[in-house]
Amino acid sequence: MEMAVRVESLRFAYPDGRVALDGIRFAIAPGEKVAVVGPNGAGKSTLFLHLNGVLHGEHTGRIWIAGMELTDKTLRQVRARVGLVFQDPDDQLFSPTVFEDVAFGPLHMGLPEEEVRRRVTQALAAVGMLGFEDKMPHHLSLGERKRIAIATVLAMEPDILLLDEPSAGLDPRARRNLIQLLQRLPQTMLVASHDMRLVWELCPRTLILDAGRLVADGPTAVLLQDEALMEAHGLEVPMLAPAPRPEAPIPHTISAVWK
Amino acid sequence: MKHSFLDRYREGTSLVHRLDPRLKLLGTLAFILVVTNIPARGWPAFLLMAGLALLLVRLAEVPLLEALKRSSIALPFAGVVAVSIPFTRAGEALWQARLGSWTLSVTDAGLALFLSVMVKAWLAVLVSGLLVATTPFPKLLKALRALHVPAALVSTISFMYRYLFVLVDEAMCIQTAREARSVGPGRTVWWRARVLGGMIGSLFIRSYERSERIYAAMLSRGFAGEIRSLDQMSWQKRDWLAGLGWAVLMAAAFVLGRLIAGGL
Repeated sequence: MEMAVRVESLRFAYPDGRVALDGIRFAIAPGEKVAVVGPNGAGKSTLFLHLNGVLHGEHTGRIWIAGMELTDKTLRQVRARVGLVFQDPDDQLFSPTVFEDVAFGPLHMGLPEEEVRRRVTQALAAVGMLGFEDKMPHHLSLGERKRIAIATVLAMEPDILLLDEPSAGLDPRARRNLIQLLQRLPQTMLVASHDMRLVWELCPRTLILDAGRLVADGPTAVLLQDEALMEAHGLEVPMLAPAPRPEAPIPHTISAVWK
Repeated sequence: MKHSFLDRYREGTSLVHRLDPRLKLLGTLAFILVVTNIPARGWPAFLLMAGLALLLVRLAEVPLLEALKRSSIALPFAGVVAVSIPFTRAGEALWQARLGSWTLSVTDAGLALFLSVMVKAWLAVLVSGLLVATTPFPKLLKALRALHVPAALVSTISFMYRYLFVLVDEAMCIQTAREARSVGPGRTVWWRARVLGGMIGSLFIRSYERSERIYAAMLSRGFAGEIRSLDQMSWQKRDWLAGLGWAVLMAAAFVLGRLIAGGL
């Protein structure tokens, strides 16, 4: 079977000499939803920028997307197949209206007008934002902007979605809706996140990055409960135990203190 | 989200709202061109133009008071530029003051010119304000593009408009952070200036970093140096009628102004 993503000994250093990715190697099968976790500065965003070729030409190692090697020649095809959703939707939504933003990708792929309109409608429907076409991004809430940001990428009909901190800054309801949306989408997904519960619910497999190295790659259920591993890399085991029963006494309430 | 002051568009379904944005843009430019070309004493022509502008305000269902208030912001600027005119024109002196060996006099021709400059500035801002109040900004951008304003320029305006709101939010965050830590009486002006300098610097760096992320977002969606968009405007019968009517009125006002100038 052709792997959706294959990365071999990927190494990249920023111009100031700081090594951001240090010999990364992994492969992801089509349809897999995989989390990428690790402390800030571990290289998660840098990895994503490489996978769709925005950072290109300064690295060593090789990247294949759906069997096609990422080179200067395949750069634009790869970008069309790999949709990158940025953490801050204000970076992603740069057009004056929602319609123009969602149409940006399809238009720049050179699709005819009818097809562009069909894709915009379909992408907005997929994220539940039909009817927002003429809205301006600054009139939308953060949760709405995140959904539109995902739609801008879905409109390109990519095989692979890269999501950078999709739940950051969302209130519980918007976050719940987003997780459900991501669960429904059929694309292969790589999700960089500090939100361990989102990782737990959405991604059966997890990669742990630390200081540019891939330090673990395995089932989420195993890795996230390995306290020693998690703490060694600046992460924490998510609180997944059931909430305490209400009749059990809670020692640190105000009334307990005053007794 | 305290930047409603940036958004001048008023929702509406009036005739003026429904006209094609290209027509409105051209009509506004024509109005400004004509009104600035009316000679100083062409008062009937000014009256005609003011009447037309106010009629448009009425048709657009914009509250008159609001339109007047917004257009009046131009007057101080025009006033500063034009303040010397009444004193520097040759003509019959209406008022004189002696300052030592100097004589300061206000002439009738100077005063007429000053008033006409102020009226021109006010009317130009009034119709521009009306254009912005009745046309959503994205449509204005499309109109600019349709009228062959260079794409790079239109994109720049578009990004400016989009990120002005983000920038205002960031500036407000920085300001709030400063206020939260400013306890007691402020220190010297020098110290305040340094704090302000720091704020401006950090805003600049944030914007610079954001621009790099936006560019990455554009690249990853297939951008290759040229922004493409779909043209969604359609020229209707009412646009033809309104356009023709407006052209006739503008020509009439222009000729009226010239005739008066010739007659004097």
